[in-house]
Amino acid sequence: MKIAGYVLILAMTTLLLAGPVAAGDKEILGAGATFPYPLYSKMFDEYHKQYGVKVNYQAIGSGGGIKQVKSRTVDFGGTDAFMSDDDLKDLDNPILHVPVCLGAVVITYSLPGGPVLKFTPDILADIFLGKITKWNDGRLAEANPGVDLPDMAIVVVHRSDGSGTTFIFSDYLSKVSIEWEREVGRGKSLNWPAGLGAKGNPGVAGLVKQLPGSIGYVELIYSLQNKMPVGHIRNRAGNYIEPSMEGVSLAAGVKLPDDTRVSITDPDAELGYPISGFTWLIFYREQKYGGRSRDQAEALIDLVWWAIHDGQEFAEPLHYAPLPEGAARKAETIVRSVVYDGKQVLSE
Amino acid sequence: MTSRRKSLNSGNPGAALVAAEAAFTRGLYAVAIFVVVLLTAILVTLLIGSRESLGTIGLGFLYGKTWDPVSSEFGALPFLVGTLLTSFLALGISLPFSIAIAVFLGEYFREGALSSFLRSAIDLLAGIPSVIYGFWGLFVLVPLVRSLQLKLGVPPFGVGILTSSLVLSIMIVPYSAALGREVIQLVPSDLKEAALSMGATRSEVIWKVVLPYARSGIFAGVLLSLGRALGETMAVTMVIGNSNFLPRGIFSPANTMASLIANEFAEATEPLYVSSLVEIGLLLFIVTTLVNIIGRQIIKRTAVEV
Repeated sequence: MKIAGYVLILAMTTLLLAGPVAAGDKEILGAGATFPYPLYSKMFDEYHKQYGVKVNYQAIGSGGGIKQVKSRTVDFGGTDAFMSDDDLKDLDNPILHVPVCLGAVVITYSLPGGPVLKFTPDILADIFLGKITKWNDGRLAEANPGVDLPDMAIVVVHRSDGSGTTFIFSDYLSKVSIEWEREVGRGKSLNWPAGLGAKGNPGVAGLVKQLPGSIGYVELIYSLQNKMPVGHIRNRAGNYIEPSMEGVSLAAGVKLPDDTRVSITDPDAELGYPISGFTWLIFYREQKYGGRSRDQAEALIDLVWWAIHDGQEFAEPLHYAPLPEGAARKAETIVRSVVYDGKQVLSE
Repeated sequence: MTSRRKSLNSGNPGAALVAAEAAFTRGLYAVAIFVVVLLTAILVTLLIGSRESLGTIGLGFLYGKTWDPVSSEFGALPFLVGTLLTSFLALGISLPFSIAIAVFLGEYFREGALSSFLRSAIDLLAGIPSVIYGFWGLFVLVPLVRSLQLKLGVPPFGVGILTSSLVLSIMIVPYSAALGREVIQLVPSDLKEAALSMGATRSEVIWKVVLPYARSGIFAGVLLSLGRALGETMAVTMVIGNSNFLPRGIFSPANTMASLIANEFAEATEPLYVSSLVEIGLLLFIVTTLVNIIGRQIIKRTAVEV
């Protein structure tokens, strides 16, 4: 009996010790944004099939991703809101941002008959500020000639959890409305002047569907999945744009800075959709830190390189816009700049 | 077993048994102390985590009405009020039902198929994951409350304090009902028979003998269910509207402490922001403790001396 017990313990210990070795594969650890998670899980699954490298990505939110990278517990992080100059200023080892794809934030609503509505930037800001409270408001009617708008109260639905989606949306509103910028500002969590909060994109989509007269903002894919009406938004050039991947790609056609940390909301592009943003992978430029091996650094950089090239084919089927040409070139330059002990990691 | 048999053979059974007994007692002590240490450790962790917000905001945290992560202004009053309002309202709604169930199962239908079916149905209510209650609330209760609000002419949100209290009240019924049934069954039949022999009707026995006798036990069940309501997160966050303002009435959307933490903790990066969320946790801990202490006093006062 006793001997059997010892044998069992011995066997288990051996298994535990041998586990990672026997698996043989490298494992890359990542954490962060939830918004690109459907794409990342598809990409990383394919990558595992093709190259035998396992990528473990935890969708814990952009803020969490940044925290984990800073505490050096993961190989890379994912974020929808780029780190500010202030955040990056005090780092002895610079953190790089590599854009992977683009997503759109759409305005969705629930009205009898599900009409397609047009919104101007100032109408949107005033609705979310709680200043336009009725669907048959004069300004809404003016922007939507021919649409029979009901005499219903507008119920604003926003995210209750901190979110990159909220960041993109509030960044847009801050650009188009001085009052919004002054009173609410931009951030992942806000002091909302009006309305109800719901958790996650599915929560907002669900609540908007439940409440006649409500209006909210979600990622494009959620409105498509739930077959909800989406608003056409007037861009800077004066055109009303239906949200689409093409519209987002056009918006991202702006001149990018070399580190790709840029907000592309309210773009100049004539047919660009005005509320969209990049999502990035972040990691350290000098990969020799905390006892990391060169192998580990190479595995990470190979993955990132693959994600901005071959991995892009998985974006469109999942309703993410792939990187436009200009952004892809900038991303390549950034990946080339990664070093291990001062020497370039990427093998050309 | 082996050691005991061995000691019996060695001819000195007493000492070994005493030693085993002492070891057993020590084990019990250790486990009991461990629980207390754990509780203290949680309190200390919360205190350390909220140090920054305690220092920067101070007492203003308790009566501040604004929660603005963008400008780093944090006040807990809306969530404190939201938590207390939803929990006590839920308690008020659930009380008549849980006492009725307790009397029904403890006094009228103690045995039989119907009784055991009802008992397991109520126990099952306690086992349903709270996210299911949240879904049910969102899809069934929200439209109902909304049509009520339309009739009353208040803003038709559907979600809000009333909706979450209704969901909570259903969630907490099993706790007070189960404990209430137990104590009602424990009322000595001598007492009831004495009352009956003096000509009391069955309902008079319940009102004048059973309920007063079981009072403190029923209250203990109520306290247990209140604790559940104070800390409930998932179901509440789905139907309360998550609006960080001081609620104006039972129809208005609000937020609770537990739901705020669940919503905002993952994306909080600013040190003061994180620290304020931890302080909300500390506040919830303190409120729950206070409710328990007050409740225990009431139980002591209302207990029937036998």
